Amino acid sequence: MNQPVSTPLVESLLEAPLAPSGIAWLDAARQENLAAFAASGLPDTHVEAWKYTALRMLGQRRFVALDMAAPASTVDAASLALPGVDGPRLVFVNGMFRAELSQVGNLPEGLTLQPLSQALAGDAEPLRFSLSRHYREPGDAFARINAARARDGVVLRVAAHVEITRPVHLVFIAAATEMDLAWHARNVIELGEGARLNLVEQHLASGEPTQLATLVSEIEVREGARLQLTVLQNAATSTHLIRHSGLRLQAQAQATLHVLELGGALVRHDLKVELIGDGAQLLTRGVFMPHGRQHIDTQLAIRHQALDTTSDSSWRGVANDRGRGVFRGAIMVAPGADGSDANLSNKNLLLSPSAEIDTKPELEIYADEVKAAHGATVGQLDERSLFYLRSRGIPLAEARALLTAAFCRAVLADLPNEALREHLSTLLVEQLPNT
Amino acid sequence: MLKIENLHARVAGKEILKGLDLSINAGEVHAIMGPNGAGKSTLGNVLCGRDGYEVTDGTVSYNGMDLLTMAPEARAATGVFLAFQYPVEIPGVNNTYFLRAALNAQRKTRGEKELDSMQFLKLVREKLKVMQISDELLHRAVNEGFSGGEKKRNEIFQMAVLEPKLAILDETDSGLDIDALKQVAQGVNTLRSPDRAFLMITHYQRLLDYVVPDFVHVLADGRIVESGDKSLALKLEEHGYAGLAERHPAGVGA
Repeated sequence: MNQPVSTPLVESLLEAPLAPSGIAWLDAARQENLAAFAASGLPDTHVEAWKYTALRMLGQRRFVALDMAAPASTVDAASLALPGVDGPRLVFVNGMFRAELSQVGNLPEGLTLQPLSQALAGDAEPLRFSLSRHYREPGDAFARINAARARDGVVLRVAAHVEITRPVHLVFIAAATEMDLAWHARNVIELGEGARLNLVEQHLASGEPTQLATLVSEIEVREGARLQLTVLQNAATSTHLIRHSGLRLQAQAQATLHVLELGGALVRHDLKVELIGDGAQLLTRGVFMPHGRQHIDTQLAIRHQALDTTSDSSWRGVANDRGRGVFRGAIMVAPGADGSDANLSNKNLLLSPSAEIDTKPELEIYADEVKAAHGATVGQLDERSLFYLRSRGIPLAEARALLTAAFCRAVLADLPNEALREHLSTLLVEQLPNT
Repeated sequence: MLKIENLHARVAGKEILKGLDLSINAGEVHAIMGPNGAGKSTLGNVLCGRDGYEVTDGTVSYNGMDLLTMAPEARAATGVFLAFQYPVEIPGVNNTYFLRAALNAQRKTRGEKELDSMQFLKLVREKLKVMQISDELLHRAVNEGFSGGEKKRNEIFQMAVLEPKLAILDETDSGLDIDALKQVAQGVNTLRSPDRAFLMITHYQRLLDYVVPDFVHVLADGRIVESGDKSLALKLEEHGYAGLAERHPAGVGA
């Protein structure tokens, strides 16, 4: 193993000392993660999970910690509303909770929703398991620095058998500051047995901040619970956003995820789902649309670890200009996870000769009576469809836009929230050229 | 309306049309019959401007315009319509949305006012009634999950809404059962008018029992080798296409 190269990025992230939290186990976990980050540095492209996302350029940048940066620009709370999302809202600006932008009054019975900074000031013990986690994979460098540095984020719990009807809205805003900022946020989300929750995670920008942001979400879905999670990533094209989401689904639990990756400079999302209880069900839909010089990398890893678990994943990529998309979809069916059913597809469109998408489906099966299918394609728009539209009088540019929009929108078909679906559909189309 | 002279066309480097001549006047219904591989579908695709069909010689004049230099969408706007042999499924594009986009794009090109959604819906309802098609097709994605018969009926329905001047039907009868065939034929008959011409490409005489053509042409080895009235179709039905090449050797002309 080579000695990790210390880069300006690693140095800048290690620079500020860790402020004590007053909670012994937490400080110990933070110290350990910081030490692990210092020891490993950044992964290079020899690490399989980072093969198509080189950190050489980013590694040369320096980002200062939040308390060294000048105050962020103001954000208008009214601009944060999303159609179809009318429940409680928690807003973070540069990783720190902003009460004046949030709406957390009159929470429904059975819903706990508070910023991590407040939760830690009270009884921190329930967070111990999640916050003591160590990230040991060679590619987990950013999860390590996040575990060491995150001071705020979301703590959300739904009590057993409670259904939260109105969608909960989590907003992460990157706001421009005088210096290039690094911030880290961490979410701990838990659905009790039989609980139901509709959650929307949104990333957006105020100004054109040049930042490095990390977000780690640990999500536990207990027996028979149902989670509907929609992620709208619309960060500034100057922001580097690195997310790590870990979901654990217990017996008969169901999770449905819709992920739209539209913004960001370098965007990386590690989405790890463990189906640990019998009959757990996962549905994921996603679209990534790098344009300009954006680089958007999604690493989806699904582990079937129990009987009769199902996963159905369909992701689409559309790259334009010099945009670069990376998708790795890895499904593992562990020994004993008999009767599992796994489906994964990733279809991609290249709209410009300089665009690139690297896709890699992986399937490992160690169980019996497993149904598994996976496939990936990269291509241009279907010539037959284009001619069909043109033969009816639709001009070439319009025909292209129509087909591209339809290609992207397909990932939203299973989103039940109609108002939100329409809004997201519009955002997708706006992202496309010639419309 | 349409005058094709000495048309030569290649597909993937292979010459398929070898000097085809054909004239069609407004109000006429022409049937083109011929064995597989004679160039029937190539003719339809060349007339509609599909990529990959290379015209190497000859001219196609349509209402005084040089059709071959026009983009497919421009041809559509001037009234050329192709009912596809294999209509394409387009997931994610709603049938109604597609048809309105098509009609309005054509109207815009022709300098006509675009239809708003109310006007369009009214038009669609009228056409559905005339074509005896259920409106269920409208709510689905273009041809997605349609049966063979539904796809062909959808082509005829599109034709009814777009009201072309020259409608080319490429083996619209193939793969249809007798009920679907009658329905498609009835749709075509409804659209027959003095200012509209039809070019029906077909392998079998069957469709011509229901849509009676004014002229029947036999296409063999890239040329029209025989022309006549509807009785020619019956003759072909009786004797088949075998022996055509012997009766009309290449280079002699029809």
